[in-house]
Amino acid sequence: MYMIEVLTSGVFDTIQDKGRFGVQNFGVPYSGVMDSYASNLANSILGNAQEAALIESTFTGPKLKFHINTMISITGAQMQPALNGIAIKNNTAISVNSNDILSFGKLQYGLRMYIAVLGGFLTEEKLFSRSMYTNITSKFRLQRGDMLPIHSSDARRSITFSAIKIDSDHFHNPLIDVLKGPEFDKLSPLQQEALYDIELTVSNESNRMAYQFNERFKNDLAPIITSLVLPGTVQLTPSGQLIILMKDCQTTGGYPRIFQLTSASLNRLSQKIFGDKTRLKCKK
Amino acid sequence: MGYNLTYRHFSERSILVEWPSDINENILRDVLGFKNRLEHSNIKDIVQINSAYSSLLVIYVSTIDNVYDEIKRLKVEYSSRDCLDRLVFKLWEIPVCYDKEFGIDLEEISEEKNCSISQIIQLHSQPIYTVYFVGFLPGFLYLGGLDKGLHFPRKVSPRLQIKKGAVAIGGAQAGIYPNASPGGWNIIGNSPLEFFNPNHDIPCFAKAGDNIKFIPVDRDVYNQILMDVQNGRYHIKSQDVYD
Repeated sequence: MYMIEVLTSGVFDTIQDKGRFGVQNFGVPYSGVMDSYASNLANSILGNAQEAALIESTFTGPKLKFHINTMISITGAQMQPALNGIAIKNNTAISVNSNDILSFGKLQYGLRMYIAVLGGFLTEEKLFSRSMYTNITSKFRLQRGDMLPIHSSDARRSITFSAIKIDSDHFHNPLIDVLKGPEFDKLSPLQQEALYDIELTVSNESNRMAYQFNERFKNDLAPIITSLVLPGTVQLTPSGQLIILMKDCQTTGGYPRIFQLTSASLNRLSQKIFGDKTRLKCKK
Repeated sequence: MGYNLTYRHFSERSILVEWPSDINENILRDVLGFKNRLEHSNIKDIVQINSAYSSLLVIYVSTIDNVYDEIKRLKVEYSSRDCLDRLVFKLWEIPVCYDKEFGIDLEEISEEKNCSISQIIQLHSQPIYTVYFVGFLPGFLYLGGLDKGLHFPRKVSPRLQIKKGAVAIGGAQAGIYPNASPGGWNIIGNSPLEFFNPNHDIPCFAKAGDNIKFIPVDRDVYNQILMDVQNGRYHIKSQDVYD
């Protein structure tokens, strides 16, 4: 097998692909990449299928040693990538040789970075996906010493090496577009009015399951009989907290669902870090 | 006869169908009947349908262009669902050991309810439960049918670690923890069965609409079943139930 070795892991590195589908009636979360705009780009640069599995790193990157010649691409958050200590660019194809070491520095912008390899990572597949999740895959995150299998490098392709220009809006635009959720109409007109356009501060409780915010919104919504939710569902708790469910969320929930994010907004939110301001906006 | 359903555009790719907000078996059967109907319909754009107590989430392959047309199609399917095939469900026999070592909340419930532990075990293992849906954790069965005498509020602060297989009571519901996890339900016993196996394409033996009966077993039988389960030799007893 052709391998990439994890010398050290970052704050939170996982293998992700598009996630699990068709198994939610067994309580299995969707999982999958948080920012599919960035991950699709990483795979496209290498000519991979969009379903190819990649590394998703949050806040800091891992240190990887290659035991194979291959190609990689790095997209999403800018974490000062370097190959054998020499700075390399995001958003371009990079040739990597056996014994090369890929490392990262400090986070410059964004929060989640994607590392794609030619053909994608071939780690274990459970329930039709390689996305790591507790009690589904044998590991829920990458750790020092992990050996990650990939395809042979025979197919090192001729790829344009020029960096692709990224819309910086994706990282810096605070706007999160939402649609009305099933329980929005149960809010009083006054409460509705107060929620159409709100500024929110990402709290440090945010992770792959949900984003939370510092602000509180008074409401008298009753809990609902446990019903269905999706990544992007915005719940409002009795204490006034807004919870935006993300890719590793449960499949059902009992808090009122007042909004639903568009998929483009879900990608954008995934790049927001605690302390960031965002603006939730719903069309009237 | 049918219920008065509401249909809403939920995400760009899904429509939420809601029944009157209530937990009962008639609604559950109608929810699962409609789901079955849609799964056998020729609406090709539907990729999956998720169910809960009184709702369905119909997920499409891509962004829904015309929501009103799509809702119209769903309504037609609902009104023609009387020519459904009869749904077949299973009744599963789930062995449970109610030893105090497992049933760490038995004494508290016994004191609060002023009834003996053997009465609790009897009340818990007598009814036939219904699986309303699987949620919270992969493989966590939400069971309806708990005897009123056993309704017991969830813990104010959840425990950090509940044992795999823990048989639990949360308010008016019964459930089983498929894996070790944090949780706020009251623990009265443990089942040696595997409720979630990610190595199987169908990772849970039970599904929404199935029935469950708890069979009290002593520690020796529990240990024997646990060994058989680990060696892949245990066959869970079940029978077909016709709607």
